[in-house]
Amino acid sequence: MSVAAMAVEPAGPKPGKLTAGRIGIYAFLVVSALFFLLPLAVMILTSMKPMDEIHNGNIFALPQHPTFDYWVKAWSSACTGRDCYGLSPGFFNSVKITVLAVPASIALAMINGYALCFWRYRGSEFLFTVLVFGAFVPYQVLVYPIIYALSRVGLFGTLPGIVIVHTIFGMPILTLIFRNFFASLPVELFKAARVDGAGFWGIFVRIMLPMSLPITVVAVILQVTGIWNDFLFGLVFAGHDNLPMTVQLNNIVRTSTGTVEYSTNMAATILTGLVPLVVYFVSGKWFVRGIAAGAVKG
Amino acid sequence: MRCKLVAAAFAASVALSSGTALAADLEVVHWWTSGGEQAAVSVFAKEFDATGDRWVDGAIALGETARATVMQRALGGDPPDASQFNPGRQYEDLISAGLLLDLTPLAEKEGWDKFIRPDQIKAPCKIDGHWWCVPVNIHMQNWAWASVAAFKKAGLEVPTSWDQYLADLPKLKDAGVIPFAVGGDGGGWQISLLANQLILAQLGAEVVEKIWKDKNLELAGGPEVLKAFQTLKSLGEYADNGSPNRSWSDTTALVIKGSAALQVMGDWAQGEFQVAGQKPGVDYACLLGPLVPDAKYVRTGGDIFVFFKQKDADVERAQLSLASLMVNPRTQALFNTAKGSAPVRDDVDLSLANDCMKKAIDVLKQPGSVVPDANQWRNEAFTTAQNAIFSDLIYNKATTPAAAQAQFVDLLKNAE
Amino acid sequence: MAAKPRGSLLTSAIVQDAGIAEGRLQSRARRRRQLGKLPSIIGTLPMIVVAVGVFVIGLSFTVVLSFTSSKLFPTFNFVGWYQYERLWATARWVESVKHIWFYGAGQIGLSLVLGFLLAVFMDQRIRGEDTFRTIFLYPFALSAIITGLVWQLMLDPIWGLQAAVRSWGWTDFKFAPLASGETALIGMIVASTWNGVGVTMAILLAGLRGVDSEIWNATRVDGIPRWRTYLWIVLPMMRGTVATAVILLLVGVVRTFDIVIAMTGGGPGISTQMPATYVIDSINARNVGHGMAAATCMLLPILALILLQVAFRARANRRATAR
Repeated sequence: MSVAAMAVEPAGPKPGKLTAGRIGIYAFLVVSALFFLLPLAVMILTSMKPMDEIHNGNIFALPQHPTFDYWVKAWSSACTGRDCYGLSPGFFNSVKITVLAVPASIALAMINGYALCFWRYRGSEFLFTVLVFGAFVPYQVLVYPIIYALSRVGLFGTLPGIVIVHTIFGMPILTLIFRNFFASLPVELFKAARVDGAGFWGIFVRIMLPMSLPITVVAVILQVTGIWNDFLFGLVFAGHDNLPMTVQLNNIVRTSTGTVEYSTNMAATILTGLVPLVVYFVSGKWFVRGIAAGAVKG
Repeated sequence: MRCKLVAAAFAASVALSSGTALAADLEVVHWWTSGGEQAAVSVFAKEFDATGDRWVDGAIALGETARATVMQRALGGDPPDASQFNPGRQYEDLISAGLLLDLTPLAEKEGWDKFIRPDQIKAPCKIDGHWWCVPVNIHMQNWAWASVAAFKKAGLEVPTSWDQYLADLPKLKDAGVIPFAVGGDGGGWQISLLANQLILAQLGAEVVEKIWKDKNLELAGGPEVLKAFQTLKSLGEYADNGSPNRSWSDTTALVIKGSAALQVMGDWAQGEFQVAGQKPGVDYACLLGPLVPDAKYVRTGGDIFVFFKQKDADVERAQLSLASLMVNPRTQALFNTAKGSAPVRDDVDLSLANDCMKKAIDVLKQPGSVVPDANQWRNEAFTTAQNAIFSDLIYNKATTPAAAQAQFVDLLKNAE
Repeated sequence: MAAKPRGSLLTSAIVQDAGIAEGRLQSRARRRRQLGKLPSIIGTLPMIVVAVGVFVIGLSFTVVLSFTSSKLFPTFNFVGWYQYERLWATARWVESVKHIWFYGAGQIGLSLVLGFLLAVFMDQRIRGEDTFRTIFLYPFALSAIITGLVWQLMLDPIWGLQAAVRSWGWTDFKFAPLASGETALIGMIVASTWNGVGVTMAILLAGLRGVDSEIWNATRVDGIPRWRTYLWIVLPMMRGTVATAVILLLVGVVRTFDIVIAMTGGGPGISTQMPATYVIDSINARNVGHGMAAATCMLLPILALILLQVAFRARANRRATAR
């Protein structure tokens, strides 16, 4: 039974008429949807209100004069120490890091998942278990060996260095989901290609790669979210020429001049969160299909 | 013909070698991100930029994050050019690993030994005859900041002693004001600061050092310290709901606004009052001690800057230039006025200093008045753990003063 | 399979079928192993380097250093169990351990229950399924820090939900879990569930739809009510899917760090401290030996879990080949 093909069609029992049960289901779903949307609403509303409205009103009140001033401030003039340039200094750096680290980490994990599924060798399962175990470890524990290793090869504090760090820490989960995905594909595809004489790379490029769009979308969203929002690694490993936007975000949000400037903080938060959100909205359906396929085999 | 060419080449090389070295960019890491702190660090940056080199700001919010980042970058071989630290043991590993620029030649040339005072400020930087850092200010921690308006709302005068304040607490609460303002962020360092001052108030300057410097367990487990813990607990009961995880400057903002009556915080809070345009004596009161009528001692901390060895002669020149700049009289005056701290030298024009600062400097000048804070004697692992103990005491209803004291003694016993 | 048997046998036959399919997959895996391995080894060289170089060596270092007195730079001054003794005598650590069990159980339990409920309801051929799914999943694209910040505002006693509801008339409404040590963890559970339950739902929904659709006819014929079918028949058939969901949730729980920092800073007091924050604070405060001891203690239960899973798999393998 090919799960990938079955992925999105509902398979539950056929619906009856609009019974009390159906109303109940919709009610539950709508209430849940509200629970999920509320924080987003609060974020947006707060970012468009001046501080006195926030202080005097409540978080759900609509802004009297909605304004994007705080968005502009968060972007270009909020103070992050001595410099008052908002989030913008680090934006391009975040882009650089993400654009490089996302494909690198995904490509490697894809190859790993493929190999672990179809081309196992002695010790490969053990290595995979080590990898999964590594997923549970708090980053700081492993930061020291990585610092040493990178500084030995002269990559500490450089763009390639931070890309390597993201690749290392993304490997466990990404390999897991790719492996699961490939395991859900019909093995006949693989066997047929072997019969045709294709080898490791041949099958990968010609057959597996084209089929893996759904799971790749999942991986992209995971990595874009993780890498774009990363703060600690960027701070230590990227080098002061490549500090990501999250460093400015941290400074803006953590401190204030007088009172906590929720308006600016929320605006800054939205601006930072926009990139992964946009990626998610653009890729929605494939994302779900990918999770479906990447998750079934435990 | 050849002679002319040689002559020209010679002249050119002379011109080149006698020209100025290249201007350098210095990346400076610090954790001064609040409004008042920003104004202060801008002084350094502006003065430095005026010399032709460039200050590249590397602000990282929250001291612990900044320090950890600097350490990790130092480990990896890519440290910043300069970094802020607190005087004491925070950077001892950097010294022993040989990662810091030795400032001794510069110090001797400019005579730092002579004008940097008092000795307790020199000692964290001048170790075994070598200068490893430059002290830039003296912060006094044992202050309380009170809102005149808030006390007036409860029909009270600003208190001048602890007993008076403790009696005022319920009345302030009834008047709808937050009686005691404190913030619990950063693992509880503000609470620790408060606890230290309470212990100081109980034991006095001469004795209190024995606890953190000499690890005197009897004192640590004694009745005076217990009383300090009990006071801490009662103060906690008069703090507000938003207190946990709040930064020190947001807490000061409550006092500035008049929503809270009093905050125990170091003199860096003064910068916030200044930025808000408030005047001491009129809008707010500064109470040294804290709340000790005739304060004879100051608990000091402060900030220092270390410079990391970089393999570039231009950068090194710029680093030494910055170090020298940080302690020259003009910069010291401007920086410390903005920051609310005391300068590290006497010959500084403090006409812009307000009454609070002048009060503190007078006490500072008295011999035997300086009590360095625990950072001086204990390492960061100790202070982190200590912060957790005090933070737990004030926020956890189930923790008793006696239990917290037992933990404190245990921590001290095992401290390195 | 021959003609479909009738009655209650139908249901159990379908369940058994799923088990056989599982076993066949395992023996297929063994056959695959005979194929040429070298290109595979080369292709997975980065994984080998990372797994061995970073994780194996790094984790060994962790354990070794936990027996030393390392401060900032690793040293090999061995001190026996000293770090562990200090660890378990420190209230902050002991509390962290309690917290993570409570938080973990709450977070995983709530996510599984809510995720399953949502998945079941989504499976009912409702209209607007895509819209609902988009809404349930988007929080996942927001980082832990953003989640923490937003929820911190929403749960703030003065600015947040509590104040809003009170201003609408219910003046006794109390909902500010972060303000008190006893309830702060609950606030965190709510926030992190909001962030991640969409993924759990999506995984469980996929598993639901991977189940043989014949089961519905079969259980109808057998007269079993729908909710029973979901709970007692379909859910066990989705074992693998549930396992994946649990693993992802577990990883999230064990790594709980960002959301603590963003929401509560570990407070009030130490009431939301987690083992991960303790480890990181120790290392940042240049007490590396101590931090490594804490990390080792964190990893032991995970190791046990993984060994259990490996043993479980081995047993399932043996049973499959026996058929």
